[in-house]
Amino acid sequence: MKYACLVYLKEADITALTQGEWDALNTECMAFGDVQVANVERLGGEALQPTHTATTVRVRSGRVTTTDGPFAETKEQLAGFYAIEAKDLDEAIAFAAKIPPARYGTIEIRPLRELVAEGNLR
Amino acid sequence: MKDIRAKVDAVYREESRRVLATLIRLLGDFDLAEEALHEAFRAAIEQWPVEGVPANPRAWLVSAGRFKGIDRLRRRKRFSPLDDEQAEQLPAEGKDLAAMLDEELEDDRLRLIFTCCHPALPPDARVALTLREVCGLTTEEIARAFLTAPSTLAQRIVRAKNKIKMAGIPYVVPSREQLPERLDTVLRVVYLVFNEGYAASSGSSLTRHDLSAEAIRVGRLLVELLPEPEALGLLALMLLHESRRTARASPTGELVLLDAQDRSLWDRALIAEGSALLQRALATQEFGGYTLQAAISSVHAAAPAAAETNWAEIVGWYDVLLRLEPTPVVELNRAVAVAMRDGPAAGLALVDALLERGELADYHLSHAVRADLCRRLGLSVAARAAYTRALSLTQLEPERRFLEMRIAELGQ
Repeated sequence: MKYACLVYLKEADITALTQGEWDALNTECMAFGDVQVANVERLGGEALQPTHTATTVRVRSGRVTTTDGPFAETKEQLAGFYAIEAKDLDEAIAFAAKIPPARYGTIEIRPLRELVAEGNLR
Repeated sequence: MKDIRAKVDAVYREESRRVLATLIRLLGDFDLAEEALHEAFRAAIEQWPVEGVPANPRAWLVSAGRFKGIDRLRRRKRFSPLDDEQAEQLPAEGKDLAAMLDEELEDDRLRLIFTCCHPALPPDARVALTLREVCGLTTEEIARAFLTAPSTLAQRIVRAKNKIKMAGIPYVVPSREQLPERLDTVLRVVYLVFNEGYAASSGSSLTRHDLSAEAIRVGRLLVELLPEPEALGLLALMLLHESRRTARASPTGELVLLDAQDRSLWDRALIAEGSALLQRALATQEFGGYTLQAAISSVHAAAPAAAETNWAEIVGWYDVLLRLEPTPVVELNRAVAVAMRDGPAAGLALVDALLERGELADYHLSHAVRADLCRRLGLSVAARAAYTRALSLTQLEPERRFLEMRIAELGQ
């Protein structure tokens, strides 16, 4: 099965780290790229710039509205993601538990949904 | 014919959950397995009177159910590629199946428990699914026991099964690495079911007593299949509590506290079994909170009279428990034990410190404990106020009656 592992971190927690600690966490994430967890196959994944760099686009009645943000002050922010192919949820959980930021924030695991012409799940 | 029918009924009672557990693995789908299970039993009612009862009814039912299930898969109009794959993976019929069965069957029952109690499912769904699939209770029975509308409960189960499928929750016994967390989740479900059946002690609680019995049944199954220290500890704890069931309610259904219970009513066989399990758990030296609570319970079980309780030993166990689980509820219970060992004033100081931190301010038992300690110290005004506060915080009828009785005893 295909899953997305969404990495959430409190950006305030990140800014609270010293540059050395932050660099160390990033180095750990780079090293994690070579770690094999069970038979999990990596399909892709990236780290994201913080939410203050984000742009939000909406189209309503054919009109494009562009705003800054989103800024969620209290909740954790999406900081990166992995797309993986795993045997089942337990294997995906084993993978997620090894993602270094799991020790600071949370990893949300979501099954990927295949788009089909009709009978789409919701 | 009547004999055969009785035989089928007996096989259903003893084997239906095992057969279901295996069919879920073979067919890869809860609903399909359930339908297949019922069709297999229907076939048994038709065929056994003619062909005789098979030598291994369990294997016969699994085999029949598997055929019915595949049949259903094939007849489904939208035959998705996943179903094709499943059908191919189904093991071959014949001798192999029967041989494989006995090895795999026990594992299937464990797989079923771990899947129903998977932490990716919402806690209330874990409870409902376990009672439905592992224990075989009907949706109506579960709804009645939890005072929930059957439709709400049915929906909870449907959603859980749906999540199992969509999120890819596997039908496996967790790996060694994941086992501690996963077993913990299972034990929590079992203990929650037990307490749901134990907390209510009278009147409309008949169905709730069944919940305790079901929890003990799953506890026994776990100990048989996966004798981890805390599984032993939890079963010990449940059996030691269960041993006092008769003594904890008066004939009129009033709650009777431990120190006022008629100890001749305690079930000695359950105490012996619970104590033996406790010793096994303690011997592993890898035990946790359930084992420690069982140890505390066993000190009470060993006391011939309330006055002869070894409170020093109980406080000792609470000290260990508090290090492992530093929660306010454990602190409160320890304070009660300290009051028994060193006198009510010592206990009251601990309870007041706890309440001052505001942590258990809305917990009826903390006020009930404070009230009891004040009463023993002759502080009737403070006792009355605390009993009244406790009364305002609980909905449980037997507890309410008990508190009202205590308030009445204090006089004007």
